[in-house]
Amino acid sequence: MTDYEHHDYDVLIIGAGGAGLRAAIEAKQRGLSVGIVTKSLLGKAHTVMAEGGMAAAMGNVYPEDNWQVHFRDTMRGGKFLNNYRMAELHAKEAPDRVRELEQWGALFDRTKDGKILQRDFGGHRYARLAHVGDRTGLELIRTLQQKVVSMGTDVYMECKVLRLVHDEHGAIAGAVAYWRPTGQFVTFGAKSIILATGGVGKSWKFTSNSWESTGDGHAMALWAGAELIDMEAIQFHPTGMVWPLSVRGLLVTEGVRGDGGVLRNSNGERFMFNYVADMFRAETAESEEEADRWYEDHSAGRRPPELLPRDEVARAINAEVKNGRGSPHGGVFLDIGSRRSAEFIRRRLPSMYHQFMELAGVDITRESMEIGPTCHYIMGGVKVDADTAATRVPGLFAAGEVAGGMHGANRLGGNSLSDLVVFGQRAGLGAAAYLEGGSGPRGFDRGEVEAAIVQATAPFERESGENPYDIQRDLQEMMQANVGIIRNGPEIEEAIVALETLSERVRNVAVAGGRAYNPGWNLATDLPSMITVSKCTARGALERRESRGGHTREDFPKADPEFGTFNLAHSVADGRWDGEFTTVRSPLLVMPDELKALLEEAH
Amino acid sequence: MSQVTMRVWRGDANGGDFQEFALERQEGEVVLDVIHRIQATEAPDLACRWNCKAGKCGSCAAEINGKPRLMCMTRMDQLPEGPVTVTPMRTFPIIRDLVTDVSFNFAMAERVPALLPPPMPEDGYRMYQEDVERGQEFRKCIECFMCQDVCHVIRDHEENKQHYAGPRFFIRYAELEMHPLDTNDRRDYVREEMGLGYCNITKCCTEVCPEHIKITDNAIIPMKERVVDAHYDPVAWLGRKIRRRTKRTASEASVQPQP
Ligand SMILES: Cc1cc2nc3c(=O)[nH]c(=O)nc-3n(C[C@H](O)[C@H](O)[C@H](O)COP(=O)(O)OP(=O)(O)OC[C@H]3O[C@@H](n4cnc5c(N)ncnc54)[C@H](O)[C@@H]3O)c2cc1C
Ligand code: SF4
Ligand code: SF4
Ligand code: FES
Repeated sequence: MTDYEHHDYDVLIIGAGGAGLRAAIEAKQRGLSVGIVTKSLLGKAHTVMAEGGMAAAMGNVYPEDNWQVHFRDTMRGGKFLNNYRMAELHAKEAPDRVRELEQWGALFDRTKDGKILQRDFGGHRYARLAHVGDRTGLELIRTLQQKVVSMGTDVYMECKVLRLVHDEHGAIAGAVAYWRPTGQFVTFGAKSIILATGGVGKSWKFTSNSWESTGDGHAMALWAGAELIDMEAIQFHPTGMVWPLSVRGLLVTEGVRGDGGVLRNSNGERFMFNYVADMFRAETAESEEEADRWYEDHSAGRRPPELLPRDEVARAINAEVKNGRGSPHGGVFLDIGSRRSAEFIRRRLPSMYHQFMELAGVDITRESMEIGPTCHYIMGGVKVDADTAATRVPGLFAAGEVAGGMHGANRLGGNSLSDLVVFGQRAGLGAAAYLEGGSGPRGFDRGEVEAAIVQATAPFERESGENPYDIQRDLQEMMQANVGIIRNGPEIEEAIVALETLSERVRNVAVAGGRAYNPGWNLATDLPSMITVSKCTARGALERRESRGGHTREDFPKADPEFGTFNLAHSVADGRWDGEFTTVRSPLLVMPDELKALLEEAH
Repeated sequence: MSQVTMRVWRGDANGGDFQEFALERQEGEVVLDVIHRIQATEAPDLACRWNCKAGKCGSCAAEINGKPRLMCMTRMDQLPEGPVTVTPMRTFPIIRDLVTDVSFNFAMAERVPALLPPPMPEDGYRMYQEDVERGQEFRKCIECFMCQDVCHVIRDHEENKQHYAGPRFFIRYAELEMHPLDTNDRRDYVREEMGLGYCNITKCCTEVCPEHIKITDNAIIPMKERVVDAHYDPVAWLGRKIRRRTKRTASEASVQPQP
């Protein structure tokens, strides 16, 4: 048996985005020993890219706002597939979680009377997003990072976790990882693990996600015996850049629309008025004049249709392009330049201004942006208990984008950053409570460690084989084409077959060079999780024979009430990794009557 | 389409050399796109860092034709004709190819005495836009560390890294100093332990900052004045405009507040 570098912690946190860092603060404050592992450097996780803001019903701009309305908006946005308890806790606790950030140094934009300013976003009834210009994620991650560092926490940077390790009874006992700079393996003994690994978007061709979003946490949880739910619910953000090709998919914040930007087709028409679903008709403006009044005063008109939930807007854009009313590069136009002053745009949306100026040569204060849908976020994820973030595997917790349930079938903009801090904190608490209860691992399965290392190093053993980049490209193109924004049965079935072929190809990957900082090898170790997670997405997409939120089937274009009563849950039989997974219907939690009443209230 | 030649430095702590790659030009590409194309084809083991590809995370800094830049924000069509040279940041030890060991910066971050605010009122702190704006400028920092890379105090003098925070952290100290809620006094600490005096205001840092933070004018120079003031004027330098609390003494400043 080889000896590896080894470290022991009460709580091991995998992921240093908003969720992981917030969990670390909580666990540290409870006096636990904490280690954080991240694939990148500290401060570079996906959270840093978030732009528009974090949603919390603080009522600083609209005193009418409260948690009940936020809860209702979240459930409606999620097409009622949400874990209602998560949506409830989130709506109630987000204001405190946002305010406490200022104790640790965050500086949000302010209202005139010195409170935290809030901005409008799609699907939120009131201006609700705390923000700093269009770099809110940077503020969030830097604040949490600085707090974590000031508390003296061990952070393993550029260290990739391959697998979770069990004890002899199937409880979590640790993990096995490697250092990217050296390629050396390292093992962690952990009494509990919090997964905070973010999303899966790198498996699509046009995506706003970085190289890190390969679904490692989703896959590791599945392999370790936890359940994944709602994996078919993928959010395609309506506004990604479409040109130049090399930046296709890069995000254009919803803040552009929140601050007055509108969508037009090639005829110059504000087409969103033609796409208002019945569910949202009562609260959406009927004319441009009414919509424009709303920006000034939310009681003077109803919301512009550009601010419908993201799934609605993305489908509308898709339809316009399909019907030949798209822009030259296959998107539609997003116009704020003709509607707001250059000064306003540069102050409110500085990074969008620079992004277009520098990458596309477009001055958004004068010209329209060309935009189209881009893969952005996965609503689905590890099934957790709302109050404690616990999975069904003893000692394993999950928070942030990797966890499922909070957002149902579609996430509202701004609800992720608040989700990270609300459930990051709860995961820290949950792990602390688990350890206080005297639970903890008995033993450490060395066999799992060795198996993971054998699999990870296999690509060096093969004399010849495939370039991992070729497999990644084929996966991305296939998922984009077959399990993209609009889906149908035969194409998904094709995808399922293609994923089997891709699995085979992964077993034949070869990499050259050494293990030290070798991106080709790093990618080879990401491919198993990318493919595992894509399989769950495809399976879920096939079995959900309806359209709901981020899942649209052209062969079943309507929501089916029957399908609205359960999540699709995937798990690996008897907790074996790499095995076949099974998919079952898992009934939604039953909502208490007083919460149900909130949803039915006509607003 | 025409061709472009990339001269990429490859190697590790033991040395290395340039490797040339010839590729087709593609419309609208940035340097990082070309590096990625090289990775996906000829050299899958070519090491570089990146995350956001949108100038937001500060991962992809390298020296392009000798100047520190973000690879993801440097358009190929805006570089001069001829081969494009890409080398790792020189101030930091090489790990591999374009990846350097930037742990110096994380070590300096650990030495920053944290914010020390008064207890938070139930409904949150009140702060005014004009009071937070100064700090917000510095909080735009994406930690690309290019300012650290060009600062001659450490670029040419490894030994100074022990006692010199560098421009990235001077703006961090300035941000904390100007924070409307802070009660921690770091003035002597910045002078004595963090080497503020070594900076001779060459402004090289400001020139490379991709966030256009006025590092020298808005942070370093006011900090220098402030540090001088510390010896005869213990009260707030921002006094009138910003409602701030009395600072604690400098000797307490290096103490981290309890979590
Ligand atoms: C461009 C963009 C803009 C956005 N804007 C907004 C917004 O305005 N408002 C909003 O609410 N949401 C927004 N989102 C969504 C939101 O940013 C993300 O959902 C959220 O940041 C995810 O945070 P997280 O903590 O779950 O994970 P991440 O921030 O993705 O962090 C994941 C962490 O896990 C680590 N990790 C992953 N796998 C491994 C492994 N195998 N081993 C070790 N470490 C690992 C990574 O290194 C990283 O540290 C935006 C997203 C994008 C892409
Ligand atoms: S101005 Fe000071 S900190 Fe900036 S590069 Fe010059 S010496 Fe370094
Ligand atoms: S101050 Fe500017 S140059 Fe320096 S690290 Fe921050 S963003 Fe980079
Ligand atoms: S990749 Fe994020 S700044 Fe270049």
